[in-house]
Amino acid sequence: MSVFLLRRFATFLLTLLVASVVVFAVLELLPGNAAEIILGDTATPESLAALNTKLGLDRPVLTRYADWMAGLAQGRTANSISYDTPTAELIAERLRVTLPLALIAMALTTVLALALGVYAASRHNGIGDVGVMAASQIGIAIPNFWFAILLILLFAVKLQWVSAGGFPGWTEDDGGGLWEGLQALILPAIALALVQAAILARVTRSAVLEVMREDFVRTARAKGLTRRQALWRHVLRNAMIPVLTVMGLQFANLITGTIVVENVFVLPGVGRLIFQAISNRDLVVVRDVVMLLAAVVVIVNFVVDVLYALIDPRLRHGG
Amino acid sequence: MSSSFVTRALRHPSFVLGALLSVFMAGAAALSLLWSPYPPAEIDIPNKLAAPSAAHWLGTDSLGRDIASQLLVGAQNSIVVGVIAVGIGLGLGVFFGCLASARRGWVEELVMRAADFTFAFPALLSAIMLTAIYGPGLVMSIVAIGIFNIPVFARITRGAANAVWSREYVLAARTSGKGAVRITLDHVLPNIASQLIVQATISFATAILAEAALSYLGLGTQPPQPSWGRMLNEAQSQMFQAPMLAVYPGVAIVLSVLGLNLLGDGLRDLMDPKLARRR
Repeated sequence: MSVFLLRRFATFLLTLLVASVVVFAVLELLPGNAAEIILGDTATPESLAALNTKLGLDRPVLTRYADWMAGLAQGRTANSISYDTPTAELIAERLRVTLPLALIAMALTTVLALALGVYAASRHNGIGDVGVMAASQIGIAIPNFWFAILLILLFAVKLQWVSAGGFPGWTEDDGGGLWEGLQALILPAIALALVQAAILARVTRSAVLEVMREDFVRTARAKGLTRRQALWRHVLRNAMIPVLTVMGLQFANLITGTIVVENVFVLPGVGRLIFQAISNRDLVVVRDVVMLLAAVVVIVNFVVDVLYALIDPRLRHGG
Repeated sequence: MSSSFVTRALRHPSFVLGALLSVFMAGAAALSLLWSPYPPAEIDIPNKLAAPSAAHWLGTDSLGRDIASQLLVGAQNSIVVGVIAVGIGLGLGVFFGCLASARRGWVEELVMRAADFTFAFPALLSAIMLTAIYGPGLVMSIVAIGIFNIPVFARITRGAANAVWSREYVLAARTSGKGAVRITLDHVLPNIASQLIVQATISFATAILAEAALSYLGLGTQPPQPSWGRMLNEAQSQMFQAPMLAVYPGVAIVLSVLGLNLLGDGLRDLMDPKLARRR
């Protein structure tokens, strides 16, 4: 077990390292000079030189990369060009919206998908199964940002129950509160969860069906367990492996989905931050946010792999 | 294609529905090359936000542009993105997958680790990085979606090709002196083609969704070229006056993606009957 974990941990660190090199290379080396991109075609040589010095672009590449890495490791980041604040502070502030949004969406996805998937499997080839499968096929085809727009059309434009976007803040000092904040996140979370749940429900259904055909389930039934008991005690636990795999893969979609959906609902989260950073040509923010998001994807995949090993002992011995 | 395949295909509901929707989308794109009710970028302010009528079947947008024409020409855009982005993924992914499978050892390890690593950068993240430097545009979004497709195809190719390499007829070919390149071309590729076709169909659908999202954010297709994603972006600011403008492009995206996904599912069932029976 520990050998498996060590090996997986080494791969994880290596992936993070390579990701950082790619992000650094793409954003700092390829285009020639970041200062030129930030200032545009009309920049004078003097203003270019000044920005180069300010951004530290006059230093050797390796020193800049090492500084960036050392800074990230110590939680110390460069200042954003447009906000003149350390990017870590900006990101931390925006995560107060993005993180709850992602977590609510993930929770909704899991509950919906497991319920629908298990229901469809237990009604295999019946009307319930066909209905769930048809609905999920359509769900997969719906872009999350369009579903978000439809939700706004229904609940904000037609019924006028909620506002069409924006975020009031988590505290009364900001003009909001816990309930107001949650209210602002519920439609975006539903928009994110629908598509993910559609995919996951299909995976859950086929995983449950697959395990139901196994001999040990038949043995359990022969011992006198009802269908329901066998499902809860034996099938679900074993069906979780493919479900977890897909959930891990979906996390990347959830992250990118958040960027888009935050923009639909004008939520001040990380997605909106990076989007504004692109418009402002704030390459420092783009670099750090892209690195953060890539790191989150890599970390989640690592955690999923470790979870597999805990669920299925065969995997840790197979390495 | 044998006649029994065609007969089975015609009896497969999701294949038929998927094929119909896909042909409809391709037909719309082809038609728009020759004809559309109006030039899609033609601005007609006096007629802005017009309701559907005989003159404008689906009405007009806030600049008086004809919605039906924009939807028709927008289909071209989605198809171009899908074909090129899947082409990049298919070309490079199949090459690396075959290489990994034929050489095994450290080459396989390297290719697979590189594929794992590329998954850390979903298409949207790559697109954001590229756009931050080169500015928004169709080419950048195609490149970003294409890059994301490479590991998808590399993994599928390698898995399927490894299975072919362990078959007796490949062993026979090797003992008769055929090289790795010859075996890959003569035996591996023809045997994994069906899986690649299925994946290409599904990746095409994903590419359409990704391009729509990028264009919605303003990072993809730029004006005056119509795109479904950007139509949705523009419609959002008119939601209170003209809510239907935010509905049509979405329906176009859903029908196209649904069609391709159903087609892919149908092809998988038809090409692998064993799998179909177990589903």
